[in-house]
Amino acid sequence: MSSAIKDNSIVNEKIIEDATCTFCGCCCDDITLTVDLDKKVITKAKDACVLGKAWFLNHVIEDKPIARIDGKEVTLDEAIEEAAQNLIDAKFPIVYGLSDTICEAQRQVVPIVDDIGGTIDTTTSVCHGPSGMAFQGVGEPSMTLGEVKNRADFVMYWGGNPAEAHPRHFSRYAVTPKGMFIPNGKDDRTVVIVDVRQTKTAGVADIFVQVKPGKDFELLWILRGAVKGIEVPENVEEITGVSRELVIDLVNKMKNCKYGVIFFGMGLTMTRGRHFNSGALMALATDLNEFTHFVAKPARGHGNVTGADNVVSWQTGYPFGVNFSRGYPRFNPGEFTTVDTLTRGEADAAMIIASDPVANFPKPAIDHLKSDKCKLISIDTKQTPTSEAAHVSIQTSTYGINTGGTVYRMDDVPISLRPAFDSPFPGDLEVLTKLRKRVNKLAKEKNRPYATSKYI
Amino acid sequence: MLIPGRSAKQGTSLNKGKLKDEYKKITSILEVNSDDMVRLGLDTGDQVKLSNEVGETIVSVKGMREGKLPVGCAFIPYGPPSSCLMSGETCGSGMPQSKHMMVQIELVKKVEKEVKKVEPAN
Repeated sequence: MSSAIKDNSIVNEKIIEDATCTFCGCCCDDITLTVDLDKKVITKAKDACVLGKAWFLNHVIEDKPIARIDGKEVTLDEAIEEAAQNLIDAKFPIVYGLSDTICEAQRQVVPIVDDIGGTIDTTTSVCHGPSGMAFQGVGEPSMTLGEVKNRADFVMYWGGNPAEAHPRHFSRYAVTPKGMFIPNGKDDRTVVIVDVRQTKTAGVADIFVQVKPGKDFELLWILRGAVKGIEVPENVEEITGVSRELVIDLVNKMKNCKYGVIFFGMGLTMTRGRHFNSGALMALATDLNEFTHFVAKPARGHGNVTGADNVVSWQTGYPFGVNFSRGYPRFNPGEFTTVDTLTRGEADAAMIIASDPVANFPKPAIDHLKSDKCKLISIDTKQTPTSEAAHVSIQTSTYGINTGGTVYRMDDVPISLRPAFDSPFPGDLEVLTKLRKRVNKLAKEKNRPYATSKYI
Repeated sequence: MLIPGRSAKQGTSLNKGKLKDEYKKITSILEVNSDDMVRLGLDTGDQVKLSNEVGETIVSVKGMREGKLPVGCAFIPYGPPSSCLMSGETCGSGMPQSKHMMVQIELVKKVEKEVKKVEPAN
């Protein structure tokens, strides 16, 4: 900590080296933050991208209550009591979100859901959930971003726009950095972008492939066939919008590279085909291992959505959409995923942690979430349409800025956070630990058959 | 076909606050292919109604240079307007078909001032 003169006033300044930005799944952990401890704001975020700068520099300690019930200020304990009662009284309670909080807090949530016989789902279900389903079907030819930086000479992005969604993905991991076996950075790599839109990402491409909307699966399957030696159909351009010559050229480049990688986005998972698209892409990468080293990885969005997958998988055996109503975990996307449980009007209590479905979900799901048929509980760091619609709303401090903990980068590498300054708001870990204990006590009092003892 | 997605401006504005005007404005700008703009008689800044069997919303349009978007496709940054049109049907996957939504576009109000029909590429 140091005192510095700035704008003719003495500023109580602190520098945080190697801070981690948790806005997107890149989790860049090389940011240098300058913190004005008097005003409790971050004044500089060196090396952060445009999204990272917005994440750090717009963070302010809001002047609002820690906890509210129906908009009225209450104590944190009162809010936790109401939330616990709502969850324990519900017939089909769901817990959703979790991608913007630390693993230690995520870990507290599974026992809560276990005790209430509810359903736990993360934002993965509306992000790379279909990819998670595809992993189970065809496996995941995986890697770390460090390997990509040091080895990849063929880099493909399919159905994603990292220039706007993961701005440092190019410069830190996959396109421009010089690596151990890639001494000349981008000059040593072939960069291919496949998308229906010519986005800003296309600007870095050596080859831009504009596929027809909704024809990703067809193009992937034709590429798989070509890799296996099956002739590329004459009418491939009519089907996919991509010329036969380009398909053949791509296959040659993929088979003859030393280390190939495909990053893929929600252009595959949110369109017709969903998990079949992701599965076809990972099968293509797997097939290419007959010829060279080839891997694939989803480009994950939120700062710790990968951590949510890891924690929920570790504790339940499944990554998302897990139901405990029979006392043991069951996984069934479409049945236990949140869009479905809300759209069908099944959930009568919904605890939303670090997420904003009221802004982003399909209209029928939002309508149910905001109706009096569903007790909405929000735990979030910011005011959002969800927090404002909630029956119980708890504001918490922000991970990576106010609280430490662990997050997982999009390549499943865990990273420890270095917070910048304290917040008057409690951390997610503190709130969820209190809630877990209270729910467990209530479950035992009500003789819930599956009330857990092992967590306390 | 409507494709909602992340944009850098949407990402930075949501950090400032989803209840603020900047976020609401950015998530209400529809990018339309230049040929479709001509075909539909639209100019950048016009207000249009997007509708389908799920709901409807009013947004303003922005013409995109040729080739940026396929004919028949429009892009909008993720936000409440795109959610208004999203069906809850997930076909047993948990994932709504949120980047492949069929919508109708109808002109609601012409922009008053004269503006360029096509924005330069960023």
